[in-house]
Amino acid sequence: MSGKKVLKYACDLDKSVTVTNFERRGWTCVGNDEDWNFYWATVQSVRNLFSVDNSYRMTDDQVVNHFPNHYELTRKDLMVKNIKRFRRDLEKEGNPLAEKDETGRYIHLDFIPVTFMLPADYNLFVEEFRKNPSSTWIMKPCGKARGIGIFLINKLSQLKKWSRDSKTNTFTAPSAKDTYVISRYIDNPLLIGGKKFDLRLYVLVTSYRPLKCYMFRLGFCRFCTVKYNASTTELDNMFVHLTNVSIQKHGDDYNQVHGGKWTVHNLKVFLEGTRGKEVTDKLFDDMHWCIVNSLKAVSGVIANDRHCFEVYGYDIIIDDNLKPWLIEVNASPSLTSTTSSDRIMKYKMINDTINVVIPPGELPDVRWNKVPAKESLGNYDLLYDEDLAQTDILAQDVKGRLTTTIPGSRAGKDRQRLAQATWK
Amino acid sequence: MEDQRTPADVARLISKTVDQLKQSHLHTQLQKAAEVEVGRAAIRVSDVKTEVVKGLINSGWERKLRNMVYQHMQKESPTKHHLAPAEHNKEPLTYLRKAQVNWEKRILKSLNSMCTELGVPLARRRPEKEQREVLVKWSELGTDEPDLSAFRPVYAPKDFLDVLVSLKNPNMNTADDANVFAMWGIMQVPLQVKNLQQLRLEYSDLTINQCQTGVEDSAEINMDQFQQDRIKLAKKVLASDHCPLAQEFAKKGIPQGYRAELWQLILGLHFSDEDALYYEHLKAYVLEHDLLVDSLIYKDVKLTATNDDQYFVFEDVLYQVLLPFSRDTSILRCFEQSSATPAKSYIRGRLGDNDFAVMYPPSGVIPFHGFTMYVATLCYLYNDPVSIYFVFRELYTRYFFRLHAISSHPEGIVSLCVLFEKTLQAVEPQLFFHLKQIGCQPLRIAFRWLIRAFAGYLASDQVLSLWDKVLAYDSVEIIAILAAAIFSYRKTNLLQVKNLQAAEAVMVDVTTISVVPLLQMFLFTK
Repeated sequence: MSGKKVLKYACDLDKSVTVTNFERRGWTCVGNDEDWNFYWATVQSVRNLFSVDNSYRMTDDQVVNHFPNHYELTRKDLMVKNIKRFRRDLEKEGNPLAEKDETGRYIHLDFIPVTFMLPADYNLFVEEFRKNPSSTWIMKPCGKARGIGIFLINKLSQLKKWSRDSKTNTFTAPSAKDTYVISRYIDNPLLIGGKKFDLRLYVLVTSYRPLKCYMFRLGFCRFCTVKYNASTTELDNMFVHLTNVSIQKHGDDYNQVHGGKWTVHNLKVFLEGTRGKEVTDKLFDDMHWCIVNSLKAVSGVIANDRHCFEVYGYDIIIDDNLKPWLIEVNASPSLTSTTSSDRIMKYKMINDTINVVIPPGELPDVRWNKVPAKESLGNYDLLYDEDLAQTDILAQDVKGRLTTTIPGSRAGKDRQRLAQATWK
Repeated sequence: MEDQRTPADVARLISKTVDQLKQSHLHTQLQKAAEVEVGRAAIRVSDVKTEVVKGLINSGWERKLRNMVYQHMQKESPTKHHLAPAEHNKEPLTYLRKAQVNWEKRILKSLNSMCTELGVPLARRRPEKEQREVLVKWSELGTDEPDLSAFRPVYAPKDFLDVLVSLKNPNMNTADDANVFAMWGIMQVPLQVKNLQQLRLEYSDLTINQCQTGVEDSAEINMDQFQQDRIKLAKKVLASDHCPLAQEFAKKGIPQGYRAELWQLILGLHFSDEDALYYEHLKAYVLEHDLLVDSLIYKDVKLTATNDDQYFVFEDVLYQVLLPFSRDTSILRCFEQSSATPAKSYIRGRLGDNDFAVMYPPSGVIPFHGFTMYVATLCYLYNDPVSIYFVFRELYTRYFFRLHAISSHPEGIVSLCVLFEKTLQAVEPQLFFHLKQIGCQPLRIAFRWLIRAFAGYLASDQVLSLWDKVLAYDSVEIIAILAAAIFSYRKTNLLQVKNLQAAEAVMVDVTTISVVPLLQMFLFTK
């Protein structure tokens, strides 16, 4: 440590997990219009920062925690659009990853529930609904989070009623605010102790081209407080269906001590114990697969600004066949801590994120190759590194079947899997 | 251990084992299998016997019989003498026997006073309507909670510890303060326990040069390869259906993916249709009657598992295991080998008339505060309440029942406490002396771990790997060793504390402990 240059930070969120992290590192706080090196910003500030009318020009020693157009991944409708396009493109290329089975489903890329935009895809939805009239669907407003405005339907009439009620003016084009996505509801979720849960996993992306992403090991499961019941009479009881903490918090059975949160580690121990190691490993591999592909799907459209990194909150539901389904991706996963272990986990998350995006003891440098040392990863595991994957495929070409995997790197497995998939 | 059995003892043991076998389900299964063998066309009448035996060996039934005999021998206490009076078999030391009787009286008194205070009966028959209601919400009993604010746990580990430290052998001469054997601890019962050397011999499979499942330390050895080999071996052991082999395998730890099945093999559990039926019967008993202990169970679950970030998801499962457990009279059998005696309750108006006495609760087990956690741990291994039930019952009747009864048994809680104190004193005298000086007796902190076999104190997978060792060595000694090892591990911090509260604070969270490496380090590097 030279000690000459003290890192300056700016922070929009006055959350203790962020500020204590910065302070413990001896960083100094500056305003967001000054010459900060590290800016933990809201999505709104980042949008302003990158907007064309803004005169602020970033220098090489500045980093910020969002990509300018992250919404390509984090808005429900755009994510679906991008993934659909990604699959179509691969299919056109004749890429074996886009292989379909006899019913027309993608074999390797079927990781989001069937989804349509409303009102744009209304007719497509009706066609799909008629194929399977007893199915349940979930309606979500595109631009909202934390379970606001979500409801379930299992009859077309319910949808018609909704559209009548919400349509005030039929002549204006729908904006993002009143577009909805309607997705096939996962009505066979994996239940533990009779209760439904979803996973919140944190994924750090430091670059989209080449793609470099990391998975945070300390994700958690969020449990509903009420016993799961697939029967249609309970469709409007949101405590049964939605796992969002912001919803569950208002339930009578919400527990202040653990907040309905269970660590991913516990989930792993439980599944290995009750279902065996092989299926558990496959489930976790599948989850990594679906995260990497969702990122690949947007890597072409995201403005890959070198100043940016981003921590996403991935929401995944596992069904009772142990198949993971990607539900949505959040750009600013909540940093509010509901319990003490929650606070410790989030503190570690910020701490490890900083260690990955800034070389230890130095100022941020956008010209850095963004390959952190293994010991700075902390609780992060390398999920995918396009550079490494490329060199690895080359190495495999050279060495034939003698594959060299870097020990301790998660990418080893994924790479092999990718390579296998391309060879098929 | 030396076997001092005379031929007559052996004969008695054999006849007892055979009696037990005849009552078992295995007996009918064997008979059926033998009939199948006899039915084979190619058998000559003259070699029926040899052919049938051969057939039973080939079809794996002989292995099951061997496992069953082995398991029976394990449970049979070797010290028992057939002429000794029953109470002597329960507990040979009079002063301990008396202490246990007094303790039981105390529990009963507190139970009875709770009854009178709250005006609730010990048991009442549920009206038809209520029975149906309970049945409907059987799998979600946690959701609508009865008002339990007036109930309190009958006793907490701390109360029990206070009784244990007051135990004294009246024949021991304590007048001589300069006694060189004086212990610094608070246990005053002179029970023989293994010394460090004996422990090292017993647990020699844990030496640090041996690879263990669940330890990922050595950089030189390819751990991935080792774990793969363990999994292969686990599959082989399962295929062999060989109980002692499974126990031997468990000494080096069981991979989580195979633990459920291997434990079943070691414990001799098969989860047959009869078992499912048996469970249904118990469930019916729960529906029929509402017992006071049910409220105690509710209360305990709510106080422990419901608020635990590892176990809260299993809340409903716990009721489905613990309530039927209280109705299971087969558990009474373990009182034959225990110093404890189940509480009796009398039909109204017939107090004291033994013809009208019933055990209360039917299982004879009154749960203490934290009892639930024994079961909660198992929720990480088995998914359905029936499997959890039978595994828990087996573990309870083998090991756990001794953790809350006063006895001189080497597997009992008293011996465990003495073992903990002696081991810690031998390995870490400086630490022990420091803690004693500041008025913080280590046992006061460690006791809650011992009585619950660490259930709920460590990370779930760590408790399971600790219990691997319990099953492997067929002994709970390892629990006391781990408790001492944790003190040794936190030594640096403990040496800095100045009072009991500070020491408690150092030891309050042990969820980050890794069981196996700690045991290895403590036993073999100190």
